[in-house]
Amino acid sequence: MKKLFPILTILLALFASPLLGQDAEQPTATPSTEESTKPADEEASTDGEAKELTDEERANAVADKAKAEAWLEGQSLASEYSSLDDDDKRIEDYAIDSFVVSGDTAWMIVATALVLMMTIPGLSLFYGGLARRKNVLSVLVQCFACTALMTLLWTIYGYSVASSGDGQFFGDFAKVCLKGVGVDTVSGTIPESVYFTFQMTFAIITPALIVGAFAERMKFSAVLIFLTLWFTFSYLPVWHMVWGGGYLADKWEAIDFAGGTVVHINAGIAGLVACIVLGKRQGYPKSPMPPHNVPFVLIGAALLWVGWFGFNAGSELAADGVAGMAQLVTQVATATAAFVWMMTEWILKGKPTAVGIATGAVAGLVAITPASGSVGPMGAIAIGAAAALVCYWTATSLKHKLGYDDSFDVFGVHGVGGIVGALLTGLFFINAETGVEFVENKLKGQIVSVIVTIIWSGVVSYIALKIADVFCGGIRSTEDEEIQGLDVADHGEEGYQL
Amino acid sequence: MKKIEAVIKPFKLEEVKDALAEVGIEGMTVTEVKGFGRQKGHTEIYRGSEYTVDFLPKIKLEVVVADEAAEGAVKAITSAANTGKIGDGKVFLSSIDEAIRIRTDETGNEAL
Repeated sequence: MKKLFPILTILLALFASPLLGQDAEQPTATPSTEESTKPADEEASTDGEAKELTDEERANAVADKAKAEAWLEGQSLASEYSSLDDDDKRIEDYAIDSFVVSGDTAWMIVATALVLMMTIPGLSLFYGGLARRKNVLSVLVQCFACTALMTLLWTIYGYSVASSGDGQFFGDFAKVCLKGVGVDTVSGTIPESVYFTFQMTFAIITPALIVGAFAERMKFSAVLIFLTLWFTFSYLPVWHMVWGGGYLADKWEAIDFAGGTVVHINAGIAGLVACIVLGKRQGYPKSPMPPHNVPFVLIGAALLWVGWFGFNAGSELAADGVAGMAQLVTQVATATAAFVWMMTEWILKGKPTAVGIATGAVAGLVAITPASGSVGPMGAIAIGAAAALVCYWTATSLKHKLGYDDSFDVFGVHGVGGIVGALLTGLFFINAETGVEFVENKLKGQIVSVIVTIIWSGVVSYIALKIADVFCGGIRSTEDEEIQGLDVADHGEEGYQL
Repeated sequence: MKKIEAVIKPFKLEEVKDALAEVGIEGMTVTEVKGFGRQKGHTEIYRGSEYTVDFLPKIKLEVVVADEAAEGAVKAITSAANTGKIGDGKVFLSSIDEAIRIRTDETGNEAL
C-alpha cells in the first residue's frame, strides 16, 4: 500500500502538467513570413497605435506578401496537379515544370533512411538481444528477410492496393509494378518515388514487429508465408482505411499521423493472436529465459529512438513546422515514458533495470506515433507517462495473469501502447498558430479505428496462421528444433563462435 | 602421483597461482565453471518476473603433483583461496595411474 504514494505523486505531477500548462502558455504570436497570410502593412494600418512605415518598408512588405501568396498558390497547385490522371487535359494548364520542393525532398530521403534503420538494425538488435543465445540469428534473419520480402511485395502490388483508388477497404491495381510512377512524378511537394520508398519502410517494419511475439518457436517458412498473407490482407487494408481515404478516414475522421493504428495496433494484435495460436515456449514460464545480450537491447532501443524522428517527423511529408513539432513531441513523450517506467520499476521491484528503461522508451515512441502531428509538449508528457504505466502493467502483470507467451512483449508494448496512444490522440491537441495546448473530445473516431483495427487484424492473423499451417505442414518448430535452437535448426549457423 | 582438483572463487586465482609457484608447482589447468554449495545465489528481474539464479561462477583448478608434493600443494591452495566466507570452495584429491609428457615421452614424476 505504501508503494502507492510515490506512484500517485508521479501520476499527479505528470497528468496535472497538461492541464496546468494551458493557463501558463503564452501564444506564440510571430508566424514566419512564408506562412503568413497577414501582411505587415495591413496590420500596421488597422492597429491604431502602429508606427508609420517608410516607403522602403512598405515596398518590402508588399514584396513579402506577393512571395508568400505565390508560395501558397504553388503548394495548392502542386497538390492539385499530382491528383490529376496522366490523360487529363488540364495538365497542360500547369506551366511550371516541377512542384517538387527541394527542402521537403531532401528531408524525406533522409527520413526514409532513418525509418529503414529502425528495422535493420534497430528492431533486429532490440529483439535479438532479448532472445536466448541459441535463437539470436533466427530473429535477425527474420527481420532481414522481412525487409527484403516486403520491399518486393510493396513494389509489386502493395503501394497500389494501399494508396491508389477509392474503395472503402482496398485500393486498386492502377499502380501495380509502379505503373505511371516515374522520375518526375510528384506526390504533394516531393517526388512520388520518395513517397513510395518512405512508405515502403513502414511496410517493412510493421510485419517485422510481429516477429517478436512468436520468436523462438515458429518455423522460418511459416513466418514468411504468414507475414505475406498478413501484409496483403491486414496491413494494406488498414493502411487504406486510415491513410488512403478509406472507411476510417472517410466515415470517422480518425486521426493517425504516423501509424498508431496502421502499424502498432495492427502488428500488436497480430502478435497476440500468433503467440496464442502457436502456444508457449517449452519451459515457459517456469524456466527463466533472460535476454542473452542486454547491450544489444539498449543499442536497438537507441537506434529505434533516433530513427523514430524519421517515422514521426517524416510523416508530415515536408520539412516544416508540423514536422518540427512532431520531432519535439516524439522526444518528450519517449523520454517521459522511459523515465516513468524506470521509476515505476524502481519503486515496485527495487532496482531499475536496463531492459526496463529501454522498453519504457519504446512504449513512449509507440504511443506518441498517432498523436505526433496534433499534440503539443505537455500533451506529449501525458501520453508518455500513460503509455509507460499501462504498458508496464500489461507486460509484467497482465501477461502473467492471462498466461500467454508473448516472447518480447509485442502486444504488451506495441499493441497496448498503440491503443493508449490512439485513444489519447483524440484528447490532447495544440493550436498550430497560437501554441496553446488544449483538451478536446474527438474520441469517437479514435475508438472506432482502434476497434476496427483490432478485429480486422485479429481475424486476418488467425486465418493467415491456419493457411500457413496447411502450406508448411505445421507452423511450430518441432520440440527438438526448439531445444536445439532455431539458429542451427532453421539456418544451420551459430550466432557466436566464442 | 596425486591429482588435486580445487573449486575456488574466481578472484582468488592469481593468489593461488602465486602460492603454488612458491612451493615449486609451475603448471596447472584452469576451467571456468558454475556451481554452488551452501552459498545462495541472487535474484534477477526480467520484465517484472523475478527468478533466482542459483549457479555462481567459480574457477576449477587442476594440478597433478608427485606424492611428496601433494600435502604442500593442498596447504598452499587452501590458505591462498580462503576468505573466511561461505562459498570459498573445496579441494579434492585422487590418485593418478600414469602421466606422459607428449613432447618427450617421459613418464611418471619426470613428466610432471
